[in-house]
Amino acid sequence: MDVKAIREQFPILNQEVNGHPFVYLDSSATSQKPIQVIEAVDTYYRTYNSNVHRGVHTLGTKATTAYEGAREKVRRFIHASSSAEIIFTRGTTTAINTIATSYARTNLQAGDEIIITPMEHHSNIIPWQQAAKATGATLKYIPLQEDGTIRLEDVREMVSEQTKIVAMTHVSNVLGTINPIKEVATIAHDHGAIMVVDGAQGAPHMKVDVQELDCDFYAFSGHKMCAPTGIGVLYGKKELLENMEPVEFGGEMIDFVNLYDSTWKELPWKFEGGTPIIAGAIGLGAAIDFIEDIGMDAISKHEEKLATYAYEKMQAMDGITIYGPKHRAALITFNLDDVHPHDTATVLDADGIAVRAGHHCAQPLMRWLDVTATARASLYLYNTEEDVDRLVDGLKKTKEYFGNGF
Amino acid sequence: MAFNNLDTLYRQVIMDHYKNPRNKGNLDGDTLTVDMNNPTCGDRIQLNMQVEDGIVKDAKFEGEGCSISMASASMMTQAIKGLEVEKALKMSEMFSKMMLGEDVDTTGLDVGDIEALQGVSKFPARIKCATLCWKAMEKGVKDE
Repeated sequence: MDVKAIREQFPILNQEVNGHPFVYLDSSATSQKPIQVIEAVDTYYRTYNSNVHRGVHTLGTKATTAYEGAREKVRRFIHASSSAEIIFTRGTTTAINTIATSYARTNLQAGDEIIITPMEHHSNIIPWQQAAKATGATLKYIPLQEDGTIRLEDVREMVSEQTKIVAMTHVSNVLGTINPIKEVATIAHDHGAIMVVDGAQGAPHMKVDVQELDCDFYAFSGHKMCAPTGIGVLYGKKELLENMEPVEFGGEMIDFVNLYDSTWKELPWKFEGGTPIIAGAIGLGAAIDFIEDIGMDAISKHEEKLATYAYEKMQAMDGITIYGPKHRAALITFNLDDVHPHDTATVLDADGIAVRAGHHCAQPLMRWLDVTATARASLYLYNTEEDVDRLVDGLKKTKEYFGNGF
Repeated sequence: MAFNNLDTLYRQVIMDHYKNPRNKGNLDGDTLTVDMNNPTCGDRIQLNMQVEDGIVKDAKFEGEGCSISMASASMMTQAIKGLEVEKALKMSEMFSKMMLGEDVDTTGLDVGDIEALQGVSKFPARIKCATLCWKAMEKGVKDE
């Protein structure tokens, strides 16, 4: 994989920030966008902006073809069997909320259980808290091991006939833990429960085959995989989606509207009320083309190599705590001794290095780690060993700055 | 020289308040307690104030956060102790303006070390860190 050539496709990386060449290590928050994606959105707005699925004019047809073409690309990208199973949403949060609102509230009752883990992002916790409150179901947590992984024997022990939903992140946005989704899905199915996967940190970085994982729902965001913000995907098995009520009602999603009741369009459109995120979907389609041209396997391999390089270099530093397992996705969450992560991030920023500091939308996990906040460096296909070296130098400077002279 | 820019943020006096916070702890007796957190970053502060006859007789804080948020709380408790509530609120208003980078008139206000935080205005991402304790103070005296 030619990272130098890839970097040239990302205009944003070619700039100085605070007088230093920009190093972007916050792709888990949102990835940068290649010129192909920016141009796809630009071309849509410049040359064929029109609403989809209505009207017979030429540009409207072109827009519809591009929008539905993007859906087909997503289907292929995650290996779903039908594009009817691909619903465009605003992002992962909306996708999970759709399941929690539509599926969970209809199918859950008092005494039922929803099982999640303490490593979830808030968007895979709160929808379930709310669904549990609304239905009288109980929310349970699979315990975490000291290294931030889960054990399948704990899953087996916890999942029972009462379990109706198991929801889990594919990859932890804090620990970098890669969860054994396929195995957990099997356990869930053995007890008649469904498997919901938060794929926000999975889909951008590794090959996802929803049929092989045999998950019932898989949610992810475009903006973390080179696409614009505001577009995401809810994959769901057709037989489940068919029996679910839409969450939003209005234009675009209807079949017949009578004075007192209405009927819905078929899948996937019944879940896409209102004018959809046309430019976003087209941008996502372009992002998938971009990723597939490079090859997901090559991207994963590059990230793995880089993650190991970063882990080893950072681990070798004095006075640093790295959270999560050794075998991890390409992100490293850490704290420097006696330096608050905000201060770390500010000092790095002064060197042109962007990292995330805070609770990463995972407050329960922060409490489990017994910290209020952490710093996180996350890597993607355009990052290099030089980026990691810059980070390590910046961290040494941070320690020096906060350690001496005060 | 790379640290020059940072030095406008992390002044010596700020780091001193961070490493040796003044008025850290709790107050006994009948006090006002305000819990405030910054949900976007996880900083939290608990401010304890003893307000009698419209005067802040004592103020202490507990909390966890970055150097800026903790130093600001330390400086604020020093500055508002003994002040009339009205003056404390005026000082808070002055502080907000200072964070926006506006010129402030400190006539008649004993701002103590607070002026050292002026540099925060050049780091927009950190302004909320500095204003957290002041928001807590305002909430406390207004709820009273």
